Amino acid sequence: MSDILKIGDRELTSRLFLGTGKFSSNKLIPDVVKASGAQVVTVALRRVDLEYEEENIAAFVPKDCILMPNTSGARNAQEAVRIARLAKAAGCGNWVKIEVITDNRYLLPDNYETIKATEILAAEGFVVLPYMSPDLMVAKKLVDAGAAAIMPLGSPIGSNRGLKTKELVRILVEEIPLPIIVDAGIGRPSEAAEAMEMGVAAVLVNTAIATAGNPVAMARAFGMAVEAGRTAYLSGPGEILDIARASSPLTGFLRDS
Amino acid sequence: MKIIINGKEEIIEQDATIAGLIAQKALNPATVIVEYNYDLIKKETWEDIVLKEDDRLEILRFVGGG
Repeated sequence: MSDILKIGDRELTSRLFLGTGKFSSNKLIPDVVKASGAQVVTVALRRVDLEYEEENIAAFVPKDCILMPNTSGARNAQEAVRIARLAKAAGCGNWVKIEVITDNRYLLPDNYETIKATEILAAEGFVVLPYMSPDLMVAKKLVDAGAAAIMPLGSPIGSNRGLKTKELVRILVEEIPLPIIVDAGIGRPSEAAEAMEMGVAAVLVNTAIATAGNPVAMARAFGMAVEAGRTAYLSGPGEILDIARASSPLTGFLRDS
Repeated sequence: MKIIINGKEEIIEQDATIAGLIAQKALNPATVIVEYNYDLIKKETWEDIVLKEDDRLEILRFVGGG
């Protein structure tokens, strides 16, 4: 059975997107990508620290992956657009994750500025995946703005708290005709499976894998969970009841009377 | 001569080019991106751009991120 996720003009077979922040060593990244099966990998753009020699993260990402720069650090649409253009010019392809944040405690995205950045970049030919606080009307505006997928948060970035926004994400899955990708907060493979079971198109995971005791094994666990959840969704889960319904036949009992 | 690199003032030699500055900073040209006075510039032009007083450079690279 072929189950392809189409975003922009790319066809993906893996529904786990991987972030590359917070790994204890970048050397882990090739093995993590491989173990997760991820085909889309995010990176960030930062000023070079001239006092300290740093590694080039892109060198650690397998060449067949889609490199998706994020616009982290952007505080408004204009800054996000600037970062996206720089990343594209640097040879990063035309995918971009829009991330516009001014709230430093919860790192919740500015939906209004995110819509504006999406509109500008989509018109320039970018494949735009906006990170957003789940809200139906905002999602509809992102569709109109030309987004290629919508990425609602599950809970605050890096919190590992799971799918706290489940009901709002469910509404997006039902109402929005674009892939819905849960980005941020997924802390355990079971939570990734839970999201996939409800019909989201993919999940983006970083912290939960990067900060695990064994990131490579955790990447594999997430890959399996995403696949399990997706397969369960496609299989059509059975109904949920308030009371018992016997699984064994209710006839032919071995009884004395 | 004073220019601004990544938001900080720096004194550099007269007639330095962007390519020269990148080499002097021991940066690998293949892994950095340069924005010159808010304009994106291609690596092929680094040799040709002679820096002048109060120019603004952003030298960037990709790092891990989610």
